[in-house]
Amino acid sequence: MKWREYTKNYELYLMMALPLAYYAIFKYWPMYGVQIAFKNFNMAQGIWGSPWAGLKYFDKFFSYYNFGAILGNTIWISLYAIAVGFFFPIVLALLLDEIRNLHFKKLIQNVTYVPHFLSGVVVVGMLINFTSIRGGLFNKIIELFGGHPVNFMIESQYFKTMYVFSDLWQNMGWSAIIYLAALTGISPELNEAAVVDGASRFKRILHVKIPGLLPTIMILLILRVGHLFNIGFERILLMQNDANLSASDVIQTYIYRTGILQGDFSYSTAVSVFNSLANFIILIAANYLARKTSDSSLW
Amino acid sequence: MHSPVYRGKGDRLFSILVVLILFAIFIIVLYPLLYTLSASFSDPLAVLNGRLWLLPVGWTLKAYGNVLDHPEIWVGYRNTLLYTSVALVFNIVLTILAAFPLSRRDFKGRGLLTGILVFTMFFDGGMITTYLVVHKLHLINTMWALVLPKAINTFNVIVTITFLRHTIPEEVYEAARVDGCSNTRMLLSIAIPLSKPILAVMVLFYAVEQWNSYFDALIYISKQQLFPLQLILRNILIAASASDMTTAADAGATQRMLDSEGIKYAVIILASLPMLILYPFVQRFFVNGVMIGSVKG
Repeated sequence: MKWREYTKNYELYLMMALPLAYYAIFKYWPMYGVQIAFKNFNMAQGIWGSPWAGLKYFDKFFSYYNFGAILGNTIWISLYAIAVGFFFPIVLALLLDEIRNLHFKKLIQNVTYVPHFLSGVVVVGMLINFTSIRGGLFNKIIELFGGHPVNFMIESQYFKTMYVFSDLWQNMGWSAIIYLAALTGISPELNEAAVVDGASRFKRILHVKIPGLLPTIMILLILRVGHLFNIGFERILLMQNDANLSASDVIQTYIYRTGILQGDFSYSTAVSVFNSLANFIILIAANYLARKTSDSSLW
Repeated sequence: MHSPVYRGKGDRLFSILVVLILFAIFIIVLYPLLYTLSASFSDPLAVLNGRLWLLPVGWTLKAYGNVLDHPEIWVGYRNTLLYTSVALVFNIVLTILAAFPLSRRDFKGRGLLTGILVFTMFFDGGMITTYLVVHKLHLINTMWALVLPKAINTFNVIVTITFLRHTIPEEVYEAARVDGCSNTRMLLSIAIPLSKPILAVMVLFYAVEQWNSYFDALIYISKQQLFPLQLILRNILIAASASDMTTAADAGATQRMLDSEGIKYAVIILASLPMLILYPFVQRFFVNGVMIGSVKG
């Protein structure tokens, strides 16, 4: 009797009740609310009762004079962050894996983990202090080499680099953990065979370790690319000011400004729908490419 | 078989290069941390004039003393302690309640339910519609706006499911069932005691996330007395930096400016200490807990 299959574990369904209620209320209810992107939403009539507006708010976003700039910033910061923030943790893991002195290895690991436990507010606060033109660490070093102090937080051309490298500083060590774990999973026989064949240590990295890491790298890369439009906007918002807005305004900070600060709920939701759809399409495309070119993909 | 067989000059040069690069990374990560620590114990004027390089200049505890005069920092500290502890209870209970059934191979409908959870990792309603839900539930300007919307992190559930699957073989549950053990007993007497390592790691992950977050409070909380520490910090470290460029007219203003400069480094240290202290306690579970969860997941 098939019904038995369900009733014998009835307690497991009861256990799932609370978590499912959470997902229904805080994940799926907001998804249901996404329809306000196509409506003239007002609080009084609610999500369901507000009148339809068609694609009006999408048109408004696409014809917004800053649309290109915001989209460009989002994509460039994201690609920059992937290029730098994705590459260095792999290198760090490969380097650490070469170290035989366990104390030295542990020391490096633990020190590079520390910044991960600092908050975004603290890291941006440190960045502001360090880039200050009055005694800031960076400008002290610039002056030491005879340069002129630069107000990095105000001059927009430095914004993307500061964002990407402060993120790298904070998360490089932590992101390397997963690769270190994957490296321990590579069979020692492969490495020994390479030694017998006379491969140098560098050659072994190229021909044994990197191929061994490739499945992990591919999966993480697909996941990262699938969130291309959801960059760490909370930190961008902290670093943002009127002077650097031309380089720092991204889709998510624009949603925050128009939705939360200006209360334009329908319009900001339309921007958010565009954002989610773009992410979803890129994720599917990245997964498709990965499946065509290698053995590893999400599905 | 990892004896260091140095096969000639190339390998030795390579080893030296590896150590040098790692040492450079070590310095780049460590120096800003040490500088901040030293600055918090230094005379603010010396820091502003660029006389601080590594060790504190003009050793003083004045900045920490000045923190005492800012009651809003202590209110923020107390709020964050409260929010983090309450949130942890919800986080851990809900995560294990979701992960235990989904880790069971004999649980019918597991695939569909896992799908419902995982889908939200790739597609969500976004900031605005979530805000409208929180508003609709009358959670604005309450602690619950910071606790409930982030009660479960789906990634953490997946890591816990994977850990449970690899730690407890299906036969254990079958044997327990033969002995007349209910599913609730299996959760309480088998799964939870065996998943202490992953639970410790979950406590760390959720605590760090809650302790360090500012954005939810920025959009959901407008009453100053409910502000978490990070929002107070943001006002001290970031919002204030735009206005401190005003030239000081009188001696009193100069002193106030120096005090507010000095306090910045001290609050960074005070705000970061709890999570940095928590990490070593959890670290020993880290290797067997997360490694299993993340690599095989």
